Amino acid sequence: MPEQLLQQIVNGLLIGFMYSLIAIGLTLIWGVMNIVNFAHGEFLMIGMFTSFWLFSVYGLDPLFSIPICFLLLFVMGMFIYRFIVSKVMKGPMLAQLVVTFGVSIFLSNLAVYLWTPDFRLIPPTILQGTWEFGELNLSIPKTVASIGSIITSVCLFLFLRKSKTGKAILATEMDREAALLMGINTERINSLSFGIGAALVGVAGAFLSTYYYIYPQVGGLFGLIAFSIVALGGFGSIEGAFIAGVLVGLAQTLGGFFFDPAYKYAIVFMIYLITIWIRPQGLLGW
Amino acid sequence: MKSLSLKQITVGLAVLVLLLIFPLVVTQIFPLQVMILVFMYAMLGVAWNIMGGYAGMFSFGQAAFFGIGAYTSSFLLMTFHVNPWIGLIAGGLVAALVAAAIGYPCSNLRGHYFAIASIAFAEIVRVHFNNWTLVNAAEGISLPMLDESFINFMFHNSKVPYYYIMLAFLILALVVCYFVATSKMGYYFRAIRESHDVAEVLGVNVVRYRLIAIMISAFLSAMAGTFYAQYVLYIDPESVMLLAISIQIVLLSMLGGAGSIMGPVIGAAVLIPIAEVTRVWLGHRGTGVDMLIYGFLITIISVYQPQGVWGLLSRIGNRIK
Amino acid sequence: MNKAICLDVKGMTKWFGGLAANQDIDFFIEEGEIVSIIGPNGAGKSTLFNCITGFYKPNSGKVSFFGRDIYRMRADKICKLGIARTFQVVQVISDMTVLENVVTGALLRFSRIGPATDKALEILAFTGLIDKKSLLGTELTIADKKRLEVSMALATQPRLLMLDESMAGLTPVELREIIALIKKIRGQGMTLVIVEHVMEAVMEISDRVVVLNSGKKIMEGAPKEVCSSPDVIQAYLGDKYRVVC
Repeated sequence: MPEQLLQQIVNGLLIGFMYSLIAIGLTLIWGVMNIVNFAHGEFLMIGMFTSFWLFSVYGLDPLFSIPICFLLLFVMGMFIYRFIVSKVMKGPMLAQLVVTFGVSIFLSNLAVYLWTPDFRLIPPTILQGTWEFGELNLSIPKTVASIGSIITSVCLFLFLRKSKTGKAILATEMDREAALLMGINTERINSLSFGIGAALVGVAGAFLSTYYYIYPQVGGLFGLIAFSIVALGGFGSIEGAFIAGVLVGLAQTLGGFFFDPAYKYAIVFMIYLITIWIRPQGLLGW
Repeated sequence: MKSLSLKQITVGLAVLVLLLIFPLVVTQIFPLQVMILVFMYAMLGVAWNIMGGYAGMFSFGQAAFFGIGAYTSSFLLMTFHVNPWIGLIAGGLVAALVAAAIGYPCSNLRGHYFAIASIAFAEIVRVHFNNWTLVNAAEGISLPMLDESFINFMFHNSKVPYYYIMLAFLILALVVCYFVATSKMGYYFRAIRESHDVAEVLGVNVVRYRLIAIMISAFLSAMAGTFYAQYVLYIDPESVMLLAISIQIVLLSMLGGAGSIMGPVIGAAVLIPIAEVTRVWLGHRGTGVDMLIYGFLITIISVYQPQGVWGLLSRIGNRIK
Repeated sequence: MNKAICLDVKGMTKWFGGLAANQDIDFFIEEGEIVSIIGPNGAGKSTLFNCITGFYKPNSGKVSFFGRDIYRMRADKICKLGIARTFQVVQVISDMTVLENVVTGALLRFSRIGPATDKALEILAFTGLIDKKSLLGTELTIADKKRLEVSMALATQPRLLMLDESMAGLTPVELREIIALIKKIRGQGMTLVIVEHVMEAVMEISDRVVVLNSGKKIMEGAPKEVCSSPDVIQAYLGDKYRVVC
């Protein structure tokens, strides 16, 4: 029995690191420009499909498509910000809420139109199989994805703290007006942050595609889970989102283990509600 | 809110007469079905508008109340043979109670946070119903066949009675909305939408009024849910509690003009026929073209005309003056 | 003549983390007075307002309004009892007309729209906004927004009106107008507490002045007394407003 529990914990961690990477992009966007990107899951989906098509058409192993996914989603994110989102920033709240829903519906159905709703899978490539430690099974693709997520998160963290642009982003996140007064071009920062946020989740998509089904609606659930994570971690806090991602992954698997597996996502949504009621600033938010 | 002008009343009556004779003139099934859906979504939009457009609580989880209404009356009918009209009221009350229970802890939430909370709540409800054996979980409930009659809220030979019932429900919802908008409640809702501070400083009990808005909205949505159950005669969580339904309700309200009484009706009148027609002609092969256009439209409207059609008409109206 | 004590504040204390924004503040207001609360930026004036009117929960202290305990009472209940206030950053309902804004305030005492509208029109005539009654909140100038905010507050028929920096950002002409309005309001028997930076106005209209600095009350008294006190002058040293006697 303890081995089963340990296995669930390991699974929870592996899922959790993936969630972390998906969530930090969302929290960056939310923190910098105070807008919820309801299309976040669709960016993930596009990252997954990019990786899939690069593999199917060019035989490129998903690991190597990561930089391409990053760049593609980065450009796409900036484009969507510049030509769509930026225009509602001064508009009514309802428009801000709805516009990214519109993008989300558009993208997921564009995928249906272009690629059909079929489920696809990338057959095992460089990464395949499981490592076995006694009774524990560690899926190799998931483990590599988790390591990749950690590395990417650390890179983001260093970028934000050490580089000039990164610090400008953090400054804008903390106090927009003060950043403006310091001469930071907050519009450019918005654009950049949206792009980076999209790029990060695109990378997550590339990793996810190594072991998860790829289909146009895949973004829906992941997008929703990401909200819970961002709330738990604290809106705008990168470190918070990372930790919260792992916690939510654990909550999902352990919740499913101790209660009913069918309720595992309901548990994740409960986490959002409870966090927002009891500690609205999340674990590490301000 | 100004009271209705003579011109508005005349136009309204003319439209009403047209709607009343529509089924007598148009006898094909498809247009009738579309109109019934338009009325139903319009009612859902009007219900949403009371808490969203007026009180500023943008809920993306209305499907939960719609579904609770459908399930309450259907369950009561199936298990205890309770008359659907009584089930209708029961469904509304259950939905209102659930709304109050979830609304209370969310009293401080606004904007994005409230929106996501509503999604979280609705998804929890859907997952729960999907696994709740008492209501047949994912299998859903097939309503028992009753003899056709108004009392039984069931008609087998024709959809026309459903048309008139749904139209009556819609008119009821509009009347409720009108009274809310032109009363103290309406002013207080709009103050709350602006900011909690402004409302409080004018002596408004924000928590109480928010709950009232949510409960009215939930009750009306649940009524539409019971109608749907009696109309389609089969419900399951995937057909009555889907997030897509909730989103559709918000979108059509915004398209028509949130914060105005007729806005959601206009939105439904435009969006639902387009959605149905494209679904039948373009979407049945699963190509998603209909939704593609839909998503595109939504994005454009958010950016360029967030006040919706009603806002556009008002602007034109002002310019003509 | 013995006037009733309108507002009695004792030992008001409010901490934000490690910062004592209000520390043990005592003062009282007699009915019919105009009392100004002054002090350099960050002295805790708006915090004091918020603690009294239910927008912040103070850590300790006592507040009574005409003898009735209102410490930590909910903001809307305090309004019902008869205290109205304005905000430092002016807040009006932007997509309602001027008239509708004031009607919203009047609805506290008149449940039906008709009588509430009559009251609102009366108030708009009193505050001089009647010609602008159909303008939307968003279409107003800052000065008119402040005037609207005062109108909305008056519509709730308060016995005490608390104004938070109503004169910030006004031109000299607008300043004279709002001073005139305040005098007119007092003339109707209202008690007023105002937080203000504009010293000329403070000197002109106040019966008494309370001075805060760094969360504490450092002095109170008649305007001339206060502005010649060395403590007060020192507190303001470096502030761009010169204390004028």
